[in-house]
Amino acid sequence: MKDHDAAFSPPSVEASKDPDDTLVLKIKGRLDVYSTGKIWKDSSYELEKSAPRKLIIDGDGIEYCDASGIALLIELKLIQEKKGGGFELRGLSEDNERLYRLFNFDLLAKPEGTGKPPSGNIVERVGKTSWEMLEELRVHIYFTGRVTVGLFAAALNPFKIRWKEVFVTCEKFGANSLFIIALVNFLVGLVIAFQSAIPMQQYGAQIFVADLIVIAYFKELGPLMTAFVVNGRSGSAFAAELGTMKVNEELDALDTMGLDPVNFLVVPKVIAAIFMLPLLTVFGNLFGLLGGLVVILSMGYTFTTYINQITASGTYVMLLAGLFKTLFFAVLIAGVGCLSGMRASRGPSAVGDAATTAVVTGIILMIVVDGIFGVIYYILGI
Amino acid sequence: MSDGKEAIIDVKDFTAKYGDVVIIDDISFEVYRGEIFVILGGSGCGKSTLLKHMIGLYKPARGNIIIKGEDITKAEGRDRIDLLKKIGVAYQLGALFGSMTVLENVMLPLEEYTDLNRDARHLIGRMKLELVGLEGSEGKMPSELSGGMIKRAALARAMALDPEVLFLDEPSAGLDPITSAELDQLIIQLSRSLGVTFVVVTHELNSIYTIADRVIMLDKSTKNIIAAGNPEYLRDNSTIPVVQKFFRRQTDKQLGAQNQR
Repeated sequence: MKDHDAAFSPPSVEASKDPDDTLVLKIKGRLDVYSTGKIWKDSSYELEKSAPRKLIIDGDGIEYCDASGIALLIELKLIQEKKGGGFELRGLSEDNERLYRLFNFDLLAKPEGTGKPPSGNIVERVGKTSWEMLEELRVHIYFTGRVTVGLFAAALNPFKIRWKEVFVTCEKFGANSLFIIALVNFLVGLVIAFQSAIPMQQYGAQIFVADLIVIAYFKELGPLMTAFVVNGRSGSAFAAELGTMKVNEELDALDTMGLDPVNFLVVPKVIAAIFMLPLLTVFGNLFGLLGGLVVILSMGYTFTTYINQITASGTYVMLLAGLFKTLFFAVLIAGVGCLSGMRASRGPSAVGDAATTAVVTGIILMIVVDGIFGVIYYILGI
Repeated sequence: MSDGKEAIIDVKDFTAKYGDVVIIDDISFEVYRGEIFVILGGSGCGKSTLLKHMIGLYKPARGNIIIKGEDITKAEGRDRIDLLKKIGVAYQLGALFGSMTVLENVMLPLEEYTDLNRDARHLIGRMKLELVGLEGSEGKMPSELSGGMIKRAALARAMALDPEVLFLDEPSAGLDPITSAELDQLIIQLSRSLGVTFVVVTHELNSIYTIADRVIMLDKSTKNIIAAGNPEYLRDNSTIPVVQKFFRRQTDKQLGAQNQR
């Protein structure tokens, strides 16, 4: 291995077959990682084609050879020996010979290690998956219990809550997401009002668009849209934050200091979420109704008519029932976000995976909870 | 070192700055072909900064870094890529791509830069892993490897394109003494058998004595090279207090007491 850059000729391979079933491959030129690919195919093709009893490689013409060139020689040797044929390498320079001897042919002849244990039979896999699902359920129940205990402890002893952390989270979770919540709800209100105004016009019932908007918003759309936006924004952020802390062993550090990560990190976030989500929902409702107002005004009604219409059909019970749901959504968003983060695995994609899990799980659970509330409110006649 | 010393890397009048803060002030040195060259110094003296300039990640405030006749500080586009293909870098924490297996990590440069077919890439990748003693771990993910294995895999990846110069950033940091000694042996073996030039940043004394043909020592206060040469020679003959302290692993107090005796 002397100078790499001096003028070398491109590699070439020359095959000649002796009558006694011996293939001689004369390899010439420069064999490096960029040029070896050119003759790799030719050489193995020659070998496959003639399938000789013995293969002789004449390396006399090799001007320069690095580990990739050696790889070609080893490949030819391995192919030939796998078929049970003879192999001989001659004419290799001393340097190249030494490089060639550096590698352990027996190890390279073995199949690649996959690093994964063999996956068992179907019974084993079904059992494993079921067990994992049960384990998942157990973790969720356990975590819910810990957060609940933490919240009760915090309620009994409010001075122990880390209020600074709560306020910081309130700002990030609430104040900073106000703009996007206003925008999304305004547009959704506008679109829903517009889309429903078209069929209603056929019955001359355009003004009932106002009733539709206020009922839909107070009961469902306001809480859900707001919670979805916050879930995408803050649920994923919580997961990423705690996931990073997990990867950096910060959670372990808290543990060994005798501080419970749930009480220390999760409870302040849940408290902040419980404070902020109903407030955000109030704003969401307001902007949804403003979206409806735009459509109503454009249809020629006055502002007063719209106000009269929505105050007649929207009730405080309806509004409070919607806001009550958001308390549960808040716990879900913060809890699921934090849990996903705390359960992040190792590796570079762990934090990203945790954030995805948080958002997806959060949405699914919120829809389920919303359905349960729908049934309860129906029975209660709200 | 051989008599016909041929410089493969030539650092000339090099100054490095972060913003207005001067980290390294006007240094020049050469690295000869085939040697194991160690850059050492205390924490914060700019070792890693120097290395990052030498591999072309940062542009120097002043000066040239010439690798194989080409200035890496000025090379751009294709020239820069061609130059980068001649060097390999093993980062301090391995910097293996976590979404790929160990073998895929090693094969990545082969896939991107060569026309080798799949079998060839696999065989070359496995040969590189065998060289660093990682045979059998081809299919493992980096997260499943121990610290020493990660460093060795990073070395295998750095060697994928058979570069002429390998840069290692703190190869033995954070490893136990046995693993660290094994890695030193591996570096020596690769240097002798493949003729690769090594530029190693480290402050592990044992490592330095074992592997280094030649060292330069950077100093935080002068921002310059404070000593250069063979490590054993520097330990026994240097009259500069900082250098003595470094090589004998002493504090100011200990050195003072020794000199009074």
